[in-house]
Amino acid sequence: AENEPPWGTPCTQLLVFVAMPGCDGFPSLDSKENYKLSVSEGSLLLSADAIWGALRGLETFSQLVGRDENGTYYINKTEIVDFPRFPHRGLLLDTSRHYLPLRAILETLDVMAYNKFNVFHWHIVDDPSFPYESFTFPELSKQGAFNPMTHVYTASDVQTVIEYARLRGIRVIAEFDTPGHTLSWGPGAPGLLTPCYLGKEPSGTYGPINPILNSTYKFVTNLFQEVSTVFPDFFLHLGGDEVDFTCWKSNPKIRAFMKEMGFGEDYKKLESFYIQRLLDIISSLGKGYIVWQEVFDNGAEVRPDTIVHVWKENPTPYMEEMANVTKAGYRALLSAPWYLNRISYGQDWMAAYKVDPLKFKGVPEQKDRVIGGEACMWGEYVDVTNLTPRLW
Amino acid sequence: GRRAMGRAMGLAGLLLGLFLVPAVLVSTSFRHGAPPAEPVPEPAEWERASGPFREDSLWPLPQWLRTSPRQLQLAPGRFQLVHGAGSSAGPDCGLLQDAFRRYYEYMFGQSPRWTRGRGPPGGRGEPELSQLQVVIEAPDPGCYSYPHLASSEAYHLTVTEPVAILKADEVWGALRGLETFSQLVHEDDYGSFLVNESEIDDFPRFAHRGILLDTSRHYLPLKSILTNLDAMAFNKFNVLHWHIVDDQSFPYQSIYFPELSDKGAYSYNHVYTPTDVSLVIEYARLRGIRVIPEFDTPGHTQSWGKGQRDLLTPCYSGEHPTGSFGPINPILNTTYDFMTKFYKEISSVFPDAYIHLGGDEVNFDCWKSNPEVREFMRKQGFGIDYAKLESYYIEKILDIVSSYNKGYVVWQEVFDNKAQLKPDTVVQVWMGNNYAHELSSVTGAGFTAILAAPWYLDYISYGQDWKKYYSVEPLNFPGSEKQKKLLIGGEACLWGEFVDATNLTPRLWPRASAVGERLWSSRNVTNLQDAYERLTNHRCRML
Repeated sequence: AENEPPWGTPCTQLLVFVAMPGCDGFPSLDSKENYKLSVSEGSLLLSADAIWGALRGLETFSQLVGRDENGTYYINKTEIVDFPRFPHRGLLLDTSRHYLPLRAILETLDVMAYNKFNVFHWHIVDDPSFPYESFTFPELSKQGAFNPMTHVYTASDVQTVIEYARLRGIRVIAEFDTPGHTLSWGPGAPGLLTPCYLGKEPSGTYGPINPILNSTYKFVTNLFQEVSTVFPDFFLHLGGDEVDFTCWKSNPKIRAFMKEMGFGEDYKKLESFYIQRLLDIISSLGKGYIVWQEVFDNGAEVRPDTIVHVWKENPTPYMEEMANVTKAGYRALLSAPWYLNRISYGQDWMAAYKVDPLKFKGVPEQKDRVIGGEACMWGEYVDVTNLTPRLW
Repeated sequence: GRRAMGRAMGLAGLLLGLFLVPAVLVSTSFRHGAPPAEPVPEPAEWERASGPFREDSLWPLPQWLRTSPRQLQLAPGRFQLVHGAGSSAGPDCGLLQDAFRRYYEYMFGQSPRWTRGRGPPGGRGEPELSQLQVVIEAPDPGCYSYPHLASSEAYHLTVTEPVAILKADEVWGALRGLETFSQLVHEDDYGSFLVNESEIDDFPRFAHRGILLDTSRHYLPLKSILTNLDAMAFNKFNVLHWHIVDDQSFPYQSIYFPELSDKGAYSYNHVYTPTDVSLVIEYARLRGIRVIPEFDTPGHTQSWGKGQRDLLTPCYSGEHPTGSFGPINPILNTTYDFMTKFYKEISSVFPDAYIHLGGDEVNFDCWKSNPEVREFMRKQGFGIDYAKLESYYIEKILDIVSSYNKGYVVWQEVFDNKAQLKPDTVVQVWMGNNYAHELSSVTGAGFTAILAAPWYLDYISYGQDWKKYYSVEPLNFPGSEKQKKLLIGGEACLWGEFVDATNLTPRLWPRASAVGERLWSSRNVTNLQDAYERLTNHRCRML
């Protein structure tokens, strides 16, 4: 008859079948995100090994539902078998260069879910500000936040983010970047940063974390003890990028230490000395770690299960770096071509799309060590007024 | 001329009385007291936020300004913006009444807690500023008129107890002065509203200071346009160049030719009704902003062809039409009948004295392919110079528009292709390649010019690109004094290929603010560090 809708039998239920239990857990690097979607007459079935796959399948299902010009909702007969190529698909937000209110982070997590991202890399503190409210060291945000009353993430905020993310199958990996990028830590932790010298006298300015004091390692242990319990993911991102040696070189006590340790003039050795002790601390806390590529480049001794985050385009081209990292046996994450804060005119999404993370010379075992990548939205020129249209 | 007085430095300076700070003379490190003790850090480096706004975070910087450290208090419950004695404008001046309420809200917020207070003055011991009196001096204040190119935007502001006085020739200057006054009012750490004793004498360097919005590549909902008009007023922009239609869509709902938008808009929801248009024009007028519509022809007209058959030139491949169309067909009488009627409507809908006629980027390929057009070229003796055909068309349009007593603005190609222009034509220079040379040519030929070339804000790039817009000096072109006077201003353009309501505001502002100061403030206001400090505060204020 003429008035019969062109569509088949009305569908009333999407059945979701999950093989493995585990609704209350947190997603991890090993989580299974595969799913099957089967849409046919009278039957809508979404099946997945784990709940994380069900989330991915629901997103896909929601994208399949269309609406015709009469307003009728419909869906085509479909068969989908889906799983991610890479298990680590992340997004970095920087809440130190500019504070991002909770709603901006939550909105970002929603859009991440629309795009099947599964890691929120929270670059939470850095030089300009320290918004993380620590219960072990409350002075850090009291002295280091842009405004300690308003521009902070309370413990409750952090839990909100972690749970909101979990419900979308998104891991939250916090980054407390050291020993560089730590100026905002100084006011709340006197004695932590290296005092820079002008000749024989302190100049009044500070540099990276002071690697020669025992108090430093005591502080770091206590802080990361807290961070390890607050953030449930197995991995922490420890930073380790862009350590400026000028301040260390200017400090006579550090120079003396260098001599004592036989490091000569190679401050990379001092940096690695710090990093190695930090990594041991983190390991003893039962966490794994991700580090920026400098840690690897500068020859620090890291655990075999370290993940190296490749972000630089020079001096070594990033694909070459990916080859080097994986050849040395470490797992790698790629971000270098995906610094979305570097805006330019026109359809720059194409350049990001064309990147092939595995386009480097290496044996299959190496390629397997590339676990994924991250799009980064550094915050120098980004706050809540422009985050969303800049990122998506 | 203005007296120049060296500024005493440091604490000693603060204890003295008045400082004279002619902006003309400014070495801006002096304006804020003692020069910084260390090199001012690169904005990208970390710097602890130093607290509330500086008292003189004015944007754009006035022509002449002197401030004293002496402060006056304002009580929101008592403070009033009123018409002063002797003003030619009074309570019946809707434009000013509206402005009074708007600026009161900008300064004090819309908090219901500001009930009329009669209680004892609390807090600080400073004297109270109870009123800002606005005095319009010209016999016809302009309350009911539309702003135009020759409107006076000058104002004189005296802030001293017990009342501040804002004098202006016309209401337009009062609007500019109210914006400045609102920028002077600041809060201290305790929440008290304060303003420094000051005297400001101000007027714009250039009379045409515009923003171009493109509502064809992407439709912009009304709200977006109105928000933008607010932002323009914060920056003393006074022209909205509304590039309303183009190839991609025709959202303007025409009264005589409803099919244009019926068939040419993206959808029925993506149109500007006559009411919408009136709203924009009035919202702009209340902010002293002219609305100059652009109906760009003969190129950039694909969307016109959907609702107006036979308007566009059919393209040919050999002997046969291909089914696609090119620019407006310049050889048919029907084209000019249509244009005559269309511009009759536009001339009555848009009150400004000027209409922008476009005339850019006309692609000749389609014309060349069409045998009737080629025949016409032959008959007219144009040879194979299609620029002549383009000029033929343009000149006829110019005549039509002139017959409605409107002036016109055209893109530079119209001038470059040697169309015959009336002497009061305004030529908009937009091509980036050696625009200084083009400015010389245009003004050298006696035409008025406006500059857009270095200010295409749709061309985004990483970092602080506001600096490059700020550093443009419009008069840096070879020419006589007389020529330079013909450059009446400029426009920041936000073409819409990659812009819609989801990203317009953060993309346009505060980058356009840099252009705003360049066009308003004195030529010597060029210090990037000082601009950075004022602009960061101004931006937060705009939010």
